[in-house]
Amino acid sequence: MSKQTAAPPSAAKAEEQHSSTGVMDAPPDTIDSKQLKQERDEAKQRQKERLSALSHDELIEIYRQMLLIRHFEEQSAAVYVAGKIGGFCHLYIGQEAVGVGAISAIRKDDYVLASYREHGLALAKGMSARSIMAELYGKATGCSKGKGGSMHMFDKSLGFLGGHAIVGGQIALATGTAFATKYQGTDQVTLCFFGEAAVNQGAFHESLNMAQLWKLPCIYICENNQYGMGTSLARAMSLRDIAQKACAYDMAAEFVDGMDVLAVREATLRAVERARKDYLPTLLEIRTYRFMGHSMSDPGNYRTRAEIEKYQERDPVKLFSASLLEEKIVDQKTLDEIDRKVREEVEDSLRFADESPLPDPEELYTDVYANPIEPGRK
Amino acid sequence: MATITIREALNQALREELARDEKVFLMGEEVAEYDGAYKVTKGLFHEFGGKRVIDTPITELGFAGLGVGAAMVGLRPIVEFMTFNFSILATDQIINSAAKMLYMSGGQFNIPIVFRGPGGSAFQVSSQHSQALESWYAYFPGLKVVMPSTPADAKGLLKSSIRDDDPVVFIEQERMYGNKGEVPDDPDFTIPLGVADVKREGKDVTIVARSLMVPVALKAAEQLEQQGVSCEVIDPRTIRPLDIGTIVESVKKTNRVVIAEESHPLCSVGAEIATEIMERAFDYLDAPVKRVSGADVPMPYAKNLEDLAIPDVNRIVAAVKEVAYID
Repeated sequence: MSKQTAAPPSAAKAEEQHSSTGVMDAPPDTIDSKQLKQERDEAKQRQKERLSALSHDELIEIYRQMLLIRHFEEQSAAVYVAGKIGGFCHLYIGQEAVGVGAISAIRKDDYVLASYREHGLALAKGMSARSIMAELYGKATGCSKGKGGSMHMFDKSLGFLGGHAIVGGQIALATGTAFATKYQGTDQVTLCFFGEAAVNQGAFHESLNMAQLWKLPCIYICENNQYGMGTSLARAMSLRDIAQKACAYDMAAEFVDGMDVLAVREATLRAVERARKDYLPTLLEIRTYRFMGHSMSDPGNYRTRAEIEKYQERDPVKLFSASLLEEKIVDQKTLDEIDRKVREEVEDSLRFADESPLPDPEELYTDVYANPIEPGRK
Repeated sequence: MATITIREALNQALREELARDEKVFLMGEEVAEYDGAYKVTKGLFHEFGGKRVIDTPITELGFAGLGVGAAMVGLRPIVEFMTFNFSILATDQIINSAAKMLYMSGGQFNIPIVFRGPGGSAFQVSSQHSQALESWYAYFPGLKVVMPSTPADAKGLLKSSIRDDDPVVFIEQERMYGNKGEVPDDPDFTIPLGVADVKREGKDVTIVARSLMVPVALKAAEQLEQQGVSCEVIDPRTIRPLDIGTIVESVKKTNRVVIAEESHPLCSVGAEIATEIMERAFDYLDAPVKRVSGADVPMPYAKNLEDLAIPDVNRIVAAVKEVAYID
């Protein structure tokens, strides 16, 4: 899995890679618990083989970030139900390995653009839990001053360029930031995250065409969680091996196990190298699963309990902690301490958001224009 | 002062701004090697090269979004739509990305981009290639919308639009590219956005006209002058923000107003101007506000039908007489 495909994958090769991910391989009702355990153990074994590429501290940091996102999102769900958060709220639980693995492979000055399921990605890019929670609360101290909300998190200083809520819109924008990098002769790369449903949008195809045509350093990260809201991939896409779509644009691509944070990291590192050295784009199809509904208002009756349980067996946070423990990289005490600190950080963000002021009413009319014009003034 | 066409004036503005600021680049369909579908970008590829003047595939949503993304991180793109009809494919990026980015990012990401190209009616190209879309774009806070009617305005306003830090929708008029007029030679000549221009002074009736309707209104005013009716012709030039103050001041003087526009009447810019006049100068009006609009039908192909669909001198003259209670 996750072998470099410098050239576009052939259909046969893609099929071979597909069948080896262990994610999305078989309908859940045919899966017995013995098979689940075997799959998990195989995935763990693959992950363990990747551990040696990172230092102790790097591994701990990756674990901490995934756990932070998990707790942050669990608490977001709780306060959403309590009425503290308005609007939509799309949680990242289950997909932590994708954001953390990919963003661990880039530099601070690289760019990240995302869809509306971006709280976890914002945390992984270094934004504080406080600024994100306060934004969810619609407070003046939020990262977008309370004007963006759950779907529009931004932090210019950290290269986190949103939070975009029209499916696929950010794919064209990310192509533009990559274009600007090349134009300016710098070597930043852009990571563009989107769900598999965005692949059916024109923006995806138009962008990939331009990116390969003009050799732009953009890494397109398709987080294939298998459902566009309540519509399964099988009901929405004629060719479901998304990485194969890169063939249409002569672009390099890989299938990646999105439940293994280190597999995601390694695939992203390969793509980053292509982008940084040769201004070449890559499409990564990262197979993952969201454990929660599409949003907080989604009862999720389009999926079976058995299916969800199947993927929970492959929980990326638990998988990683098990790998770390079994390889004696950390002991349980260290993990408990990380857990305690992360919970404190999230608690602190809730307090901060709660106590922060609402935006000043005058803020309604600010930030509409960078150069506001008083009409008639010569 | 040199006398040049609107096409040449736009070309000068593009050349001067490309030369002035390395961050400015121009992209669109056929803008480079082909010299522009309407030759507005003639010679620019030769002068500035393929890095600054870029031919795109036919992929309007894609390159509009690419431009907005580039603007997020410091570039100042000029995105040409071969015609604004094709911008319809890119509206998601113009409206949902460009117009709203500064606001929804809490003031962090302004989008200094110009979307430009010809809009309004062309010559016998039927429904999908002849339409006025300014009221769509003017509807959205975050955008600025500009419509020049003379070579000097075209140059001065385009230069201001390129230097502006917000997204500007700059709508030219295909039928007017060959219109000539005097343009100042000063390379730093600009015209501020948001300022209407009195194209002709008068005292009896105000005619508010933009883009293609400005020369038509001026011809109507000439005819009416001979019949003893003095018309003031005001060109708002910028639709958003709209310099309603200049229009209202004129109406307070003339007490009568005709609004001429190419666009369909429903929800048009003219409807907005009429409302503003009602709200700000109702007591000054001696006659109801009169609109002269494009026909409320898709644009037909046949020459005689097309002529009927676009306001002409006769219709404006008749409207002025109506509000002046003549005949």
